[in-house]
Amino acid sequence: MPLTNLVYDGTFEGLLTAVFEVYEHKLDKVKLQKGPLEAGALFEEVKEVITDQARAQRVLKGLKQRLSSIGVQRLYAAHLADMEGEDTTLLGFIRYAFDTKDNIEEDYGNRYVMRVSGLVRMIRREKHRMEAFVRFQKLQDGTFYSAIEPDFNVLPLLIRHFKSRYADQKWMIYDLKRRYGIYYDLHDTEFITMDFSEANYPANVSAAFTEDETLYQDLWKTYFTNVNIKSRKNTKLHLRHIPKRYWKHLTEKI
Amino acid sequence: MNMDRITRKLGILADAAKYDVSCASSGSKRQNKDKGLGNASNGICHSYTEDGRCVSLLKILLTNHCIFDCAYCVSRKSNDIERAAFTVQEVVDLTINFYRRNYIEGLFLSSGIFKNADFTMERLVRVAKKLRTEHNFNGYIHLKSIPGASDELMQEAGLYADRLSVNLEMPTVAGLKLLAPDKDQKDMIKPMAYLKHAIIQNKDEKKLFKKAPMFAPAGQSTQMIIGATPENDSEVLRSANYFYRNFNLKRVYYSGYVPVLADNRLPALNTSVPMVRENRLYQADWLMRFYGFRVDEIVDNTSPHLDLEIDPKLSWAIRNMQAFPIDVNKADLQLILRVPGIGLLSAQKIVSARKFGKLNWEQLSKIGVSVNRAKYFITCNSSQFERRDLTGNNIRQFILASSQSKYLKNNQSQLSLF
Ligand code: SF4
Repeated sequence: MPLTNLVYDGTFEGLLTAVFEVYEHKLDKVKLQKGPLEAGALFEEVKEVITDQARAQRVLKGLKQRLSSIGVQRLYAAHLADMEGEDTTLLGFIRYAFDTKDNIEEDYGNRYVMRVSGLVRMIRREKHRMEAFVRFQKLQDGTFYSAIEPDFNVLPLLIRHFKSRYADQKWMIYDLKRRYGIYYDLHDTEFITMDFSEANYPANVSAAFTEDETLYQDLWKTYFTNVNIKSRKNTKLHLRHIPKRYWKHLTEKI
Repeated sequence: MNMDRITRKLGILADAAKYDVSCASSGSKRQNKDKGLGNASNGICHSYTEDGRCVSLLKILLTNHCIFDCAYCVSRKSNDIERAAFTVQEVVDLTINFYRRNYIEGLFLSSGIFKNADFTMERLVRVAKKLRTEHNFNGYIHLKSIPGASDELMQEAGLYADRLSVNLEMPTVAGLKLLAPDKDQKDMIKPMAYLKHAIIQNKDEKKLFKKAPMFAPAGQSTQMIIGATPENDSEVLRSANYFYRNFNLKRVYYSGYVPVLADNRLPALNTSVPMVRENRLYQADWLMRFYGFRVDEIVDNTSPHLDLEIDPKLSWAIRNMQAFPIDVNKADLQLILRVPGIGLLSAQKIVSARKFGKLNWEQLSKIGVSVNRAKYFITCNSSQFERRDLTGNNIRQFILASSQSKYLKNNQSQLSLF
């Protein structure tokens, strides 16, 4: 049987729909990748997967029977890593789960399980970093605004944390790389996209901030400078904890 | 707020507080109530200083005025420095505004002693009370208890703070007498004993009445300064062990002495900070708290000092070669935890994964085992066994040689655990 190349839209539901097709057409050798559709290699059969909520739900239901709820969450997190070429890993994991009677999520000797565990670790680490490195700036309408540029698509994983922490202030976290954000209006959160033309890009317009915003930013910098113990300086350790790519959004590092 | 004044105060009072090493913001489970501000549950490090230490809390002194004269302390009476004091409201405003911007997990408030213990403690408590009751603030609050503070104030402090600490400062009474002549260890132990009792009592009440108020849910901790006085590691760890057992401490922190003052009772000003020793003490501390090691397995009369070149677990393994090799596909978790190169997480993963089949070197390495060290102490589902007839000393040399190059490349390795 030739290799079938399944191209899907990049959503989790799309991935699950693809799994449905694998089983429906009893496909054996499969490669999974995110669209758009491109001309395939000579001996590959390329097939576009049209995301289908009902099919996705059926696969999800099946997964819930084979995995613990934490296992399903981990799979979703690994998917958000959004890494080149890793879709096939997820497919491998899911097939291994369906083809085995027992729960396989702790079989770290298996290469798919191990790789998924690695992806989850990477994405959890960045999620955790974002919980730490988000720096809000207070806008004049009282909203606390933050811009981030994480390596992975972790924004959906951040909602719960910030919602339960900042229940009494309006806030917005915007992923500049992926051009979407989450906004909390004191009741609910929603995904938003904004068109930042040069002129209304919040980071450039200090007029958008409240007066005491600069005061607290300066105080924070003062604090940061004064807690350092010079005789213990250790730049390498410092850089390992806060890699340079995060600096441009860190108040104390600007 | 007067900007220049407050910036100046913050500079002085953050600077004076930085030698206190405890910074953790975990161990509490305070939730955000009634749409208030913040929660204290996950212990996040929001930034890192250039010396590589975590910044999680706004750590400041209420004042650096002090009536005492402890030799190791920058705030001591006889030191000629600029003095400052925050008002209660200033500390509250800083905390709230830093917290709202996600700079911090909460507040760690300590203080020099103005007037007397209770006068000072009362102000610390007032800051915490204001944050909790007026601002519905549920972030982390760690208050340093002033030695000699009354039971009533400790009781009130426990109602608002997540963690309370009384610093022992010196590992032994003799060390304390020498460097802090105004302090009496009894004055430190009394509030510790009160806290222990109150925390236990609160736990019992919680069992009966879910609504009983929280009392210092993250427990109490203490700190010892290392290297200012001549105690050896055995004395330090025994002292820590004593306080863990008798006062139910959550953490003992070890603070490598940073020479800041010229005083003939203290190491000279150009003495370097004992950072490797400090790190070894933390590693030893972990072994006692999480790996099931007894203090006398880590240090004893024949080896009262921790080995600075290798970590204490490897050091123990080399002194106890008869305990190895361990078959990781069969052994109990407790034994696997004793293998150099296998941490808590990897040990747990091994025990889960081996239910599916025996593990070999390659799989162990993927699980996160540092095979370079572990290979001398374990057998698994691969034929080679590295130890052959190597002696403990051989192994020590091999491991040192292979980690030496890494050490040269990045000397950061000295600061990580295992
Ligand atoms: S009592 Fe505390 S602040 Fe005062 S000198 Fe001693 S250690 Fe320093």
